[in-house]
Amino acid sequence: MGIIVDVKGETCPIPLIETRKAIRKMNSGDELEVIGNHDASKAEIPMAVESLGEELLRIEDESDGKTWHIFIKKT
Amino acid sequence: MKRVTMVCHSGDLDKMYSALIIGTGNLSMGWESSIYFTFWGLERLKKGGLDGGPLSRMNFLGLGKWFMRRKMKQANIASLQRLMDDYKELGGKIIACEMTMEVMGLKRSDLNEELIDAYGAVGTWWKDAKDSDITLFI
Repeated sequence: MGIIVDVKGETCPIPLIETRKAIRKMNSGDELEVIGNHDASKAEIPMAVESLGEELLRIEDESDGKTWHIFIKKT
Repeated sequence: MKRVTMVCHSGDLDKMYSALIIGTGNLSMGWESSIYFTFWGLERLKKGGLDGGPLSRMNFLGLGKWFMRRKMKQANIASLQRLMDDYKELGGKIIACEMTMEVMGLKRSDLNEELIDAYGAVGTWWKDAKDSDITLFI
């Protein structure tokens, strides 16, 4: 199952919190895409993924230079 | 599980932000979080009191607070209520100081009881703090 969390325009600590809330509701094997444009969160969400023991699939940047997409798989 | 334990002694608006951002941040990392509200901090657990505190600096009889809230709104900073809701949804723990309740003449029914996991004294705090990886006094 794929879930999308859109936190564009949100700032610290909301992108991190919304990512955590989504992961809590997911089942093993589910994938999550987090879309945002808060700079620090792009580095901090992968920290949370590692701390939670989930799998970071990839990070994609949009051509606007601000928006990022973080793909996570629940282990 | 790893845990951050805080004492929230201040009831200032900006320090309440610090406590709840650290709390929700740690919960987001998969840690446990416990906050012990005492003295002016406990005032923020009163019904309708969450964002009732002044700024810790440059409050200027509320003018500074009004200005700060306007700036925070422009920067799309989450409200304390939203942070508190998220803190509780992610399993954050809140302890209310019974001694402060006695000093300030507060009954449990004066507080937002649905937020509070335990009522206690320093021993209740110690029980959480002794095995914590991070302890903070705010």
